[in-house]
Parts: sequence; structure tokens; C-alpha cells
Amino acid sequence: MDGLAHQVIAGIATGGIYASVALALVMIYQATHHVNFAQGEMATLSTFIAWSMVQAGMPYWVAFFGTVVVSFVIGVLVERILLRPVQNAPVLTHVGVFIGLLLIVGNLTGWVFGYTTKVFPTPFSSEKPIMGGLVSAHELGSTAVTLVVLTLVFLFFRYTSLGLAMRAAAYNPRSARLVGVRVGWMLALGWGLAAAIGAVAGMMVAPVVFLDPTMMLGILLYAFAGALLGGIDNPSGAVIGGFAVGVLENLAGAYVVGTELKLTVALAIIIGVLVVRPSGLFGRVVTSRV
Amino acid sequence: MLLEVKGLRAGYGQTHVLHGLDFVVEDGGVTALLGANGAGKTTTLRAICAMIRTEGEITLNGERIDGRATEDIVRRGLAHVPDGRGTFMELSVEENFRLGAYTRRDREVQADFERMFGMFPRLKQRWKQQAGTLSGGEQQMLAIARALLLRPKLLLLDEPSFGLAPLIVQEIFGIMRRIRDEGGVGILLVEQNANLALELADRAYLLETGRIVVSGPAAEIRQDESIRRSYLGY
Repeated sequence: MDGLAHQVIAGIATGGIYASVALALVMIYQATHHVNFAQGEMATLSTFIAWSMVQAGMPYWVAFFGTVVVSFVIGVLVERILLRPVQNAPVLTHVGVFIGLLLIVGNLTGWVFGYTTKVFPTPFSSEKPIMGGLVSAHELGSTAVTLVVLTLVFLFFRYTSLGLAMRAAAYNPRSARLVGVRVGWMLALGWGLAAAIGAVAGMMVAPVVFLDPTMMLGILLYAFAGALLGGIDNPSGAVIGGFAVGVLENLAGAYVVGTELKLTVALAIIIGVLVVRPSGLFGRVVTSRV
Repeated sequence: MLLEVKGLRAGYGQTHVLHGLDFVVEDGGVTALLGANGAGKTTTLRAICAMIRTEGEITLNGERIDGRATEDIVRRGLAHVPDGRGTFMELSVEENFRLGAYTRRDREVQADFERMFGMFPRLKQRWKQQAGTLSGGEQQMLAIARALLLRPKLLLLDEPSFGLAPLIVQEIFGIMRRIRDEGGVGILLVEQNANLALELADRAYLLETGRIVVSGPAAEIRQDESIRRSYLGY
């Protein structure tokens, strides 16, 4: 019984990471109707930036918040420089840009920081076992950080005027312009936020999976599965989907398919959702009259 | 002069819709833009707020606005209720209100909300409801409220009576009359229902295939049987 409980708790901890990345994906998808394939690679780069800051002797939390800010700026710049020129281009152009971004950011990270696996520190440690050793300090801490981030994002979009303007720009850019919202900048801010959320996810998962330039590859797949499961156009759905995928993946890995085949679970979920319920569990079914 | 348009040309892609319009909208009061389907009425409104490419001079309150981005024109005091109303269907009535006042930093926003409740009591009852679930008339009221919350100097209205039951149309026109009488905002009204529009308007322009063919005081145009017969069809 303890084994099962442990697997569920570990699943929730990694699920939080998937939920964060899924939220980052959905934020950009809602505004542009494109999935940013490079979201994971950008998060990896951010994590390496944090790693260098820690290596340079900065305290962990200074490096943490410094990385969040730097990642936000990188996200904004990527949108302004790379995406803005192609904003009205066909879907395949965007796919091309995203794949290019994925390759460039991934290889740049490897080139600058090397391909050897690195140990990334965790700020959470505990002398005594927590809940009888059922959960590690890092699992508890990273889940807490994830929940704080998700709550802040939710409050930002729900209650601030800027968050409302960003939602308006995503739902209906034409009408948003008519109330004076600068839609182009809202997109750039969305990219910045997504990059910042990804950075937190990267820093929280790196102590578990260890840091190397391909760290986020699998995680992006799980996150995508989570986003699809919850509904790619529904941020809260994507978050719930992310947590669900984390738990499912862990249980399936422990009791059904074994760790080797865990990633297959993500693919099975993706295909399953697309076949059975393409709009996801909480997604909007869009019907239109012709 | 609130709005001055000179030699306005616009279209979609290779298709030219407007072939050099000249007209003005005065401070306060209502100017009606009439014409048959496809005459270019909606295109004119879109051209004024830069939703499409244009040629020609457009001056709002003495300042050139042609060539500026839509959001910058809006911030200079122009509100547009487009065809399709420009409502955020996924958001609540409250959020649509807040977006209407998005550019404002003054302290009277809440007072203006109250003023809108006075004008549109039904919107207060629907406050937390998703805008997409409102009735057609309520959505039109929300669109007008949203536009007024910008505190515009000029309000563009694209067929506010479109698709609404006659009683609701009466109500909407009653509200527009009230806005006109309260003053402070000029209205450029595009309308299919020429009779109603001419009743409300001070001046009117008649558009035919992208050209202004008649202009003058609304009362005179209303009296003129030949204009009515040949252009307005009633």
C-alpha cells in the first residue's frame, strides 16, 4: 500500500512539472493556434542559465528568480524577433520556425554548456523523513513551487487588467484592438510568461532527471499529452491533464509497462484522446454553422 | 469639426470599394451613412479605424489618424461598434465592461459603470453571465456600453438594428437618442433602416457603389420623395 501511495505522490510531483509546461503550451496555443515545439528546449536553456548562476556562487533563490526574469525577456525577444515577422504566414511556416527554434536552442545549449550530464541543486532538504519517508523533500518543495506558480498565473489572468487584456487579445484580436489593447505586445508578453513558467518547471525537474541539453524532450511529450487530455484550449484543463498524466505515467511505469516503456504512455494518451475525444476532457467543442 | 474625411479610398485586396469619399461628422449630434447593401457603408467605418488599408486623409479633432494603428486611433477617442458587435463572447459582461474601460486611468470608471447600468438595466442583471449567452438585443446593448466606456469623442455604429426584433430596435434607438441628447459624443451611424436613421440623425450621406451621391440635413432628405424612392426604397 505504501508503494502505491509513494507512486501516486511521486506522480503528482512530476505531474506538476507537466502541468506547468502544458500551461505554457496552452497559453501560446490559445493566442496563436500554434504549438511551440521549442518550449521544452527553451526551458532547458533557462535551467542551464540557472546552473551557471549557481556555479558562479549565487545563492539558489537569487539564481532562481534571476533565471525567471532572464527567461521572460528571452521569451519576449523570441516572439518579437522570430514570430512577429511570420504572424500572418501559413501554418507550415510556423511549424518550420518552431522546429528551427527547437534545433537552434537545443544545439546552442549543448555548444555553450556541453553535453555531459550535470547535477542540479535542489533548495529543499529535510533532516527527518517526511510522512514516514513516503515523500522526499524535493517532491514536496517542487510541488509547492508549482502550485504557487499556477496560482499566481491564475490570479494574474483572472483579476488583473493586463491579464484580462491578454485573454481578450487571444480570444478576439480584432475586438481587442477596438478597445485599445496592443495585441502585438500581448502576444510577446504571453511568450515571456510561457518561457518563465517553463524555466520554473525546468529548474524543478532538473534535480530529479539531471541536467543535460535533451532533459525536456520527454517532458514536453508528457506535457503535450496532458494539454491534449485536459483540452488544448483550456488552461485549467491542461493543468489538471498534466497532473493526471504524471500520476498515470508513474503508476503505469511501476505496475504495468515498466520504466523502459513509460514514454509510450504519453503517446498512447495522445492517440487515445485524439481518437476518442479530440477536444479533451474539458475542452470546448467548437461547432460552426455553414 | 470632429471628423473630416477627404478622398477616402479603400477596398479588399484587388477589389476597390470606396472611390474617394469626402464627408464630415460634427461634434455632438448624429450623422447617418445610408445606402443599399454593398454600397460601402461598413467598409467606410472599417477604413476610419484602420481595420483595412486606406488612401486619403482622415482627421479626428484636427489630428491626422490615417496610417495609424487601430489601437492608437481608439486611444485618441474613437469607439467602433462593428458588424458582429465586437463583443468578447467568451468573457463575462463584467469583463467586457472592464475591457471597454481598459485604456482609462481615471477614477470615474466605476461611476461610468453605474451610468451604463442606468442606461441598460438588463446588463446589470447579467453581470456575471458569459456575453455569448445574452440575447441579441442584450448583446447590442453590451456592445454600445462597451464602446461608451471608452469615453469616446466619436462613436461609430454599424447597423445597430441588424437582426433584432422591432421592439428591441425601438429600445436601442431610444438609447441612442438619449446619448445624442446628453451630448459630448458625436455619432456616425450606418443603418439599413433609413427611416429610423433619418429620424435620429442631424445630417446624412447617401452612399452608392463607393461614392457619396447625396448629402444634406437629415430632415430635408427625409422630405425628398425622389431621393427616398431612388435610393432608400420606401
